[in-house]
Amino acid sequence: MVGIIGYGTQIPRYRIKVEEIAKVWGADADALSNGLNLFEKSVPAPDEDTATLSVSAAKNALTRAGIDPKLIGAVYVGSESHPYAVKPTGTIVSEALGICPYVHTADLEFACKAGTEGMFIALHLVKTGVMECALAIGADTSQGAPGDALEYSASAGAAAFLMGTKNIVAELVDTQCYMTDTPDFWRRENAHYPEHGGRFTGKPAYQKHVFGAVEAILEKTGMKPKNFDYLIFHQPNGKFPVQAAKQLGFTEAQYRYGLLTPTLGNTYSGSSPMGLAATLDEAGPDKLILLVSYGSGAGSDAFVFRTTKHLLKIQNLAPRVRKQLNEHLTYLEYGEYAKFRGKILKPE
Amino acid sequence: MKEIAVIGIGITKFGELWEKSLRDIAVESAMNCLDDSGIDRIDSINIGCMSSGLFNGQEHLSSMIADYLGRLDIPSTRVESACVSGGLAVRNACLEIAAGVSDYALAIGVEKMTDVSMGEATYALATAADQDYEAFHGITFPGLYAMLAIAHMEHYGTTREQLAQVAVKNHYNGSMNPNAQFPFKITQDTVLNSTMIADPLRLMDCSPVTDGAAAVLLTTVEKAKKLKKHPLVVITGFGSATDTIALSHRKKLTELKAVKTSAAKALQMAGKTIDDIDFAEVHDCFTIAEIMVLESMGIVDPGKGGPATLDGYTALDGKFPVNPSGGLKSKGHPVGATGVAQIFEVVNQLRANSGKRQIPGVKTGLAQNMGGSGGSSICHILEVK
Repeated sequence: MVGIIGYGTQIPRYRIKVEEIAKVWGADADALSNGLNLFEKSVPAPDEDTATLSVSAAKNALTRAGIDPKLIGAVYVGSESHPYAVKPTGTIVSEALGICPYVHTADLEFACKAGTEGMFIALHLVKTGVMECALAIGADTSQGAPGDALEYSASAGAAAFLMGTKNIVAELVDTQCYMTDTPDFWRRENAHYPEHGGRFTGKPAYQKHVFGAVEAILEKTGMKPKNFDYLIFHQPNGKFPVQAAKQLGFTEAQYRYGLLTPTLGNTYSGSSPMGLAATLDEAGPDKLILLVSYGSGAGSDAFVFRTTKHLLKIQNLAPRVRKQLNEHLTYLEYGEYAKFRGKILKPE
Repeated sequence: MKEIAVIGIGITKFGELWEKSLRDIAVESAMNCLDDSGIDRIDSINIGCMSSGLFNGQEHLSSMIADYLGRLDIPSTRVESACVSGGLAVRNACLEIAAGVSDYALAIGVEKMTDVSMGEATYALATAADQDYEAFHGITFPGLYAMLAIAHMEHYGTTREQLAQVAVKNHYNGSMNPNAQFPFKITQDTVLNSTMIADPLRLMDCSPVTDGAAAVLLTTVEKAKKLKKHPLVVITGFGSATDTIALSHRKKLTELKAVKTSAAKALQMAGKTIDDIDFAEVHDCFTIAEIMVLESMGIVDPGKGGPATLDGYTALDGKFPVNPSGGLKSKGHPVGATGVAQIFEVVNQLRANSGKRQIPGVKTGLAQNMGGSGGSSICHILEVK
C-alpha cells in the first residue's frame, strides 16, 4: 500500500484584486470576474520565490508526517518559475530541509502540471520499493505579461506531498495520464513572459486533456462520477474547472473544497495539488478523491485516492489551506505589485 | 449575354476549426458543392479570400486550391476586396458564364482566421481600413462602426435596444442553422450587458472571428435546365459599387452609398424593385451595419431600420425576413467566405431546403455583401424558376 503520508502548503500573504489590475488597463473588471469567476490573486513578496515557497510547504508536510527528513529518498520540485535556468531548485530545497546528501532530486517543468508530475514519480518510486519516502512539490511564482489576460490569474503558492507506505492518510487507488503535443501555452528560451493561444487554450487544450484523463480513469477503475466524494481539477481560472466538472457529471458538493482559484489565482504547478491539500484539510476517513491536473503542451495526470482514519490525526498539525488563503492578508496597489513582480525596470 | 444559374452549393461548419487548415476547408466546401450539383466538371475557379497572407502566411491560393482540388489545367484566380472578396468571386464567376468563357464556373470563399492571436487578427482585419488616414491613427473596425452608430443614433434617434434586437433576431435564426458558429438564442439583456468594445457597440453587437468556407457552382440556364436534381435557381441581377475607403471622406455617415448603388444596379439588371424581393441575406458585421444596410437598400426608409427591427419587420416570420441564416453575427464571419455563404443561404431558401429556418414560399432573394466600413458592396438577386 502506498499513498500520501504528509502534506503542506504555503501561500504568500499579499493579494491584488482583479479590479485593481483592470483599472490600470482600462479593462472591464466585472466582466472578467463574472466571466472567469476570478476576484483576487496571491502575489509573492520580493523575497519569496519557488525555492522558499517549496521549503515552507515541505516543512508543513514534514510536520504533518512526523518523519525524519533523512528517510526521504527523492525530492521533486515541479515549477515553471524555477529561480535559475541552470542550477536546480531541488538541491536548495533538499539542503534547507536537511535531506541532503543521500537523495535523488530533479526539477520538473510541464507548465501547470509539473506538481502532479512529481507526485506521480514519487508515488511510483515508493510503490516499487526503491525508497521508503519521496517528496513531491508543486510551486510557482507565475508571471503574466502586463495587460495580458494571464495577469489577472497568474499567482504564487506551493503544495508539498510526502509519499510513503506507513501511516498513510490518503491511499493511492489508481493513476492515469493523458498526453498529446498541443501548443496552447509556452515560454521560449530567454523570454520573460509566457505566450498563449487565446481561445485555443480552452476546448482543444484544457477540456480535451482533462476530459481524456477523467474518462480514461473512470473506465480503468470502473467508477462513476457519483462514486467520488471529492473532486479537484486544475484551476487556471474559476470557470474552466466548474464548467468541466458539470459537463462530466460532477456536482458542486464534490469540488467546493478544492476550488481555490477565485480568491487565490492560478498557482500553476501548485494549483491542483493545493486543491488536493485543501480537500484533505476537510475530508473525513474513507473518502474517495479524484485529482486531475492539466499542463499546457499538453497533458493531464489523474489520481484516485482514498482517505484513511489517520488523516484526522494530522489535519491540525500545520496551517490549513483556507487559513493561509484567508488570514493576515495585505492588499497591494498595482504600483507595489509591479515593483514586487519586477515589472519596473530601474536604470543601472 | 448568357443567363446564369446556380447548380451547386457547398459549405463547411463555421467556427474555430482547430483541426483543419485553410486548404482543408476550401477543398471541403468545393467538394460539398460539386456533390450537391451532381456535376464532375469545372472550367474555372474564382477564390475569394481577404488575407490568407496575414492569417496563414499563405498567398498564391489560385495554385494551392486548384492543386488540392485536382484541377491543374484550368484558370484559377484569387480575388480580394476585404470582406466582399467572396461576393466578388461569385460576381467574377457570373461574368465568366455570362460571357460564355466557362460552362461551369466554381466560386469559393474561404478564410481561416483562428491560426493567429486576437491582436494579429484585429491587425489583419484593420488592413481593410485606410492605412494612412484611419488605421495608422489606431482605429480598428469596431471603432469605425461605433462612429457610424453614434452618427445614426444622433441623427435618427436609433436606440441601443434597436441595435441589440439585430443580434437577438440573428441569433434566433442562427439557432436553427447547424453550420452556425454560435447556434444559440440570446436576449436583449445578453447584448446590453456584454463587454463594451467601442462605445456604443458591445461584444454581442460584433460578428466573431471565424474559420469557414463556402462554394457555389454556376452554369448557364440552358445547361441547368437539363439537370433535374434541384429546383432551378437563376442569378437575375448583380451589381457592385464602391465608396470612399475612409469614413472621413464621406459626405454622410448615416447611409452606405456603395450599398445603395450596388442594390440599385442589381435590381435594375433583374428588372425589379425592392418590393419584389421576398427576403435578404445582408452584411451584419456589426448590428449597426444591418440597420444601415436595410435603409440604404430601401427595404425601409432612412432612419426606420432600428424601429423596423424592434417591431419584427425583419424577423424570420416578419414581412421582410433578413438574415435567415443567422447572419454574420450568429453564423460567423470568415471574411472571405461570407459573400459566398450568403449565396448558399439564399439558394437553399429558394430550394425550400432550409429546415426549421425555412421561410415559406419565397421566390426571390437578395444577398448583400460589404467590404470595410462600406468601401465596397456587391448585391446578387436570385430567383427560383
